[in-house]
Amino acid sequence: MSLSARGLTLAYGSRVVASGLDLEVPEGAFTAIVGPNACGKSTLLRALVRLLAPAEGSVVLDGRDLAGWRTRAVAHTLGFLPQGLSAPDSITAGQLVARGRYPHQSLLSSWSAGDEAVVAETMELAGVAELADRPVRELSGGQRQRVWVAMVLAQQTRYLLLDEPTTFLDITHQFQLLRLLRRLREQGRTVVAVLHDLNQACRFADHLVAMRDGQVVAEGAPADVVDAELVGAVFDLDCVVVPDPVAGTPMIVPAAG
Amino acid sequence: MIVLRAGRFSARVGRRALTVTVVLAVLAVALAFTGLARGATWSPPGEVLAALTGRGDQVLVITQWRLPRVVAALVFGAALALGGAVLQHLTRNPLGSPDVLGLDAGAYTGALLVLTVAGGSATHLTVAPLAGGVLTAAVVYLLSLRSGLDRMLLVVVGIATHAVLTAVNQWLVLRAELEVAMAAGSWSTGSLNGLDWADVRLPFLVIGVLAGLLAVLSGAMRQAGLGDELAVTTGVRLGRLRVLALLAGVGATATVTAICGPIVFVALAAPHIARRLARADGEALLPAALTGAVLLLGADLVAQSLFAPVALPVGVVTTAVGGAYLLWLLVKEVRRS
Repeated sequence: MSLSARGLTLAYGSRVVASGLDLEVPEGAFTAIVGPNACGKSTLLRALVRLLAPAEGSVVLDGRDLAGWRTRAVAHTLGFLPQGLSAPDSITAGQLVARGRYPHQSLLSSWSAGDEAVVAETMELAGVAELADRPVRELSGGQRQRVWVAMVLAQQTRYLLLDEPTTFLDITHQFQLLRLLRRLREQGRTVVAVLHDLNQACRFADHLVAMRDGQVVAEGAPADVVDAELVGAVFDLDCVVVPDPVAGTPMIVPAAG
Repeated sequence: MIVLRAGRFSARVGRRALTVTVVLAVLAVALAFTGLARGATWSPPGEVLAALTGRGDQVLVITQWRLPRVVAALVFGAALALGGAVLQHLTRNPLGSPDVLGLDAGAYTGALLVLTVAGGSATHLTVAPLAGGVLTAAVVYLLSLRSGLDRMLLVVVGIATHAVLTAVNQWLVLRAELEVAMAAGSWSTGSLNGLDWADVRLPFLVIGVLAGLLAVLSGAMRQAGLGDELAVTTGVRLGRLRVLALLAGVGATATVTAICGPIVFVALAAPHIARRLARADGEALLPAALTGAVLLLGADLVAQSLFAPVALPVGVVTTAVGGAYLLWLLVKEVRRS
C-alpha cells in the first residue's frame, strides 16, 4: 500500500507547472501540502488522483502505474475533494452523500442496505447526520463543506485527498474540518490536503510538503522542517517562528511591517 | 424516498418523482384514448376499447389509421424529450437542446440536398436527414473542444450553426423547382399527418434501442451532475459517457426528424418541465420522456382540432408555443445573470 510520484513533469498544454517531482505519501499520516499561489500544489494533487496525466514520469499506487488502473478501481482507492464545488439543484445533503457510493453500485444494485449503512455512518462521523433532509443550497458554507467531505468519505477509500478544503470557511469551521481530518487519520485513513494556512498545517499535519515553482523545497515533520529560513525560501516572508502556545507546534509570526 | 430491495436487486426512488411519473403516464393514456376516439365524429369509449381488442366495425379506422398516429406522437415525443434532456445535460445549459443548436436544421439540410440535388426517394429521405443531424452535431461538438469541452462555446457555436444552416436551407428552397420546393416546404413544418404502421416500425425500433442505452447510462449521467472532476474520481468514464450519450441523444432526435420533419419545442421544454415537476436531484429521464410524449400528443390533438376538418402540421403548434416559451426562458436567464 503506497502512493508516490516519480519524476513527475506536469503541464497544461505547453505550460509546464512542475518538472522532475518526486513525492512519497506516508501511509496512515496526515500530509499537508503548502506553498505560495500557483506553485503547482493543486496540480500535483490532480495528478495524484489521475485527473491530470503526467507529461513525464508516473504516479505509482500500490506498486502499479496509476495510468493502468481501471477507473472504478481508482475510485475505490483514492477519494478526492476538488475546489469550487457546486451541488445539483434541489439535492438534499443525504442524497449528496449517497452519491459517494457510486463506485460501489451497479445497474441492478443502486441502493443496498450496505450503501445505506455507510452513508448514515459517514454523515454521523462528519457531524452532518441531522442535516440529511435539508437541501444543500440552504446550508451554511461550513455545513456544506462537511457534507461534501462526508460524500467523499462514503466512497470508503484508503486515501483521502483534499484541495484547499478550508478555503472560504470562517476560523471555527476551519478548525472543525481540520479536527475531522485528524480523526479520519486516527481511524487509519491516509489524508493529503492542500492547505493555505501554514500555522494550521503545522498544527494538524504529521508530514509537511513545502512547494515552490513546481518543486518540493522541503518535506518532513513540521517541527523538523519549519523555520524562518524555510518560510523565507518558500513564501519570501520575513518572520519569526515560535512554538504554538497551545500545541507546541511551529507557529509563524510575520516580522515587523 | 422509497427503497426497493429484492435479492441482489436494490434501488431507491423519490416519492415525488414516482408520483409525477404515474400522473404523467395516466395523462398520456387519457390523451391517447382521446386521440383514438377523435374523428369526423367521436367514437364512444366502448367502441374504442372494442376496436383495440379486434372487435366492432371501427377496427380498421381505429387500429390502422388513428392508432399509429397516436403511438407515434407518444414515442416521438418521448424521443425528442430524451434528446433534449441529454443535450441539455451535456451542455449544462437549459438552452442547449437539439432544436436550438441546429440539429433539426441540419437534418432538414440533409433532406433538402437529397430532394433538390439528388432527386431522391423516400428511403433517401430517411437516411439523409439522419446523416445531416449527426454531421451537424459532430461539427458543433468538435468546434467546441478546447483543452476540454467548452460548454458555453458549444451553445454559441450551435446557435450560429443553426443560423447558417437556416440560410443554406432557404437558399436551397429558393433555387429548387416548384414541386420540390413544395415538398420541402411541407416537410419543413414537422407533421404526423398520414403516418401508418409501415412508416413507424423502424423508427420505433431505433428509438427503443437508444432509450435502452440511455437507461443504462442514466446512473453515470446523474453522477456527472457533480461536475467533471468528482464524476471521474468517483468512477465515471466521462469520455465514453459523453460520446455514447451524445450518440443516443442525437440519434433519437434525428430519427424523429427524418420521419416527421423538425418538430421544435418538445426537446427544449419537456426536460425543464419534468425537472420542475419531479424536483429530482439530477436529470429525470423517465419523467422527461413522459412529459415529451404528453406534450407532442397534446399538441397534435390541438393541431388536428383547431381548424378541423383541416389538420395542421403539429410543428405549427409546437413552433407557436415554443417561440413564446423560448422568449420567456431567455428573459429569465438574462435576469438571472
